[in-house]
Amino acid sequence: MTGTSVVDLIAAVCLLSGAVLSLAAGLGLLRFPDLLARMHSATKPQVLGLLLILVGTALRLGTVVDITTLALVGAFQLAVAPVAAHMVGRAAYRTGLFRRDLLVTDDLAAARKTGDESGD
Amino acid sequence: MNRPTNIRRRIRDELVALSGLVVVWMLLWGTFSWMVFLSGLVVSVVVLVVFPLPPVTFLGKLRPLGLVRFAVRFTVDLVIASLHLAWTAFRLGYQPRCAVIAVQLAVRSDLNLTLCGEAVSLIPGSLIVDIDRDAGVLYIHVFDVSDEAAAEQFRGKVYALEARIIGAIGSDDELRQVAERGESR
Repeated sequence: MTGTSVVDLIAAVCLLSGAVLSLAAGLGLLRFPDLLARMHSATKPQVLGLLLILVGTALRLGTVVDITTLALVGAFQLAVAPVAAHMVGRAAYRTGLFRRDLLVTDDLAAARKTGDESGD
Repeated sequence: MNRPTNIRRRIRDELVALSGLVVVWMLLWGTFSWMVFLSGLVVSVVVLVVFPLPPVTFLGKLRPLGLVRFAVRFTVDLVIASLHLAWTAFRLGYQPRCAVIAVQLAVRSDLNLTLCGEAVSLIPGSLIVDIDRDAGVLYIHVFDVSDEAAAEQFRGKVYALEARIIGAIGSDDELRQVAERGESR
């Protein structure tokens, strides 16, 4: 096997597994029971899925200009996805838009009841 | 802490932010030329002046070995967590249960709180629901935990994650705080 076809093979594996993970994220969004569980689907397989697709694309393109842009896309995704998930999750928790019956324990409810939380 | 060191630290923080922005600018262009560098410098200064951020001071030091250890574990955790969640999504008819747990961090600095929060959100089946900044407590929504013992186990994982972050970028003092918690548990 020549060098280019090995690179192509790795790129193909990255692109395909990235696509499968993104599909799983979409499926999880549809299937999981409440908003908080669905946010997990948005922050995890999708992040790795995107990173794999970026790596696959970088291997196929192979020019410096494109790779720097792809690296930035990856870096910003890692920095920003948790923030977005947190904002949505926090709003959902505070407005009670989640299923309490699915929780095994809830330390935050206890903390809020005793007034520990300063409500910022 | 006297004023001159405060100002010097402030200037150092601004310089770090400035060089970060210039690097992003140059990555966006993808090529290096002095024109790109200078225009990036101008844009970064304008951004920092127009949108000033609250100071986040970095008091620790970078530890290469700790950084490598953190990066490797982070990648491994990211892959495992992603596969776990993907598997759960494909398992039709399975109803995952969750938990909200409070985790008291050993180091209360804003930077540590942010980095732990980011890493926890990105890695292992977890989402930050709320943060008590003064007390240094993260309230984490954990995905697919069967019972309280599993939730407790997850708390241990977050402690280990914080220890790795502090091991990568923390000061000696912060390392001591983490070690003290390890002993008291």
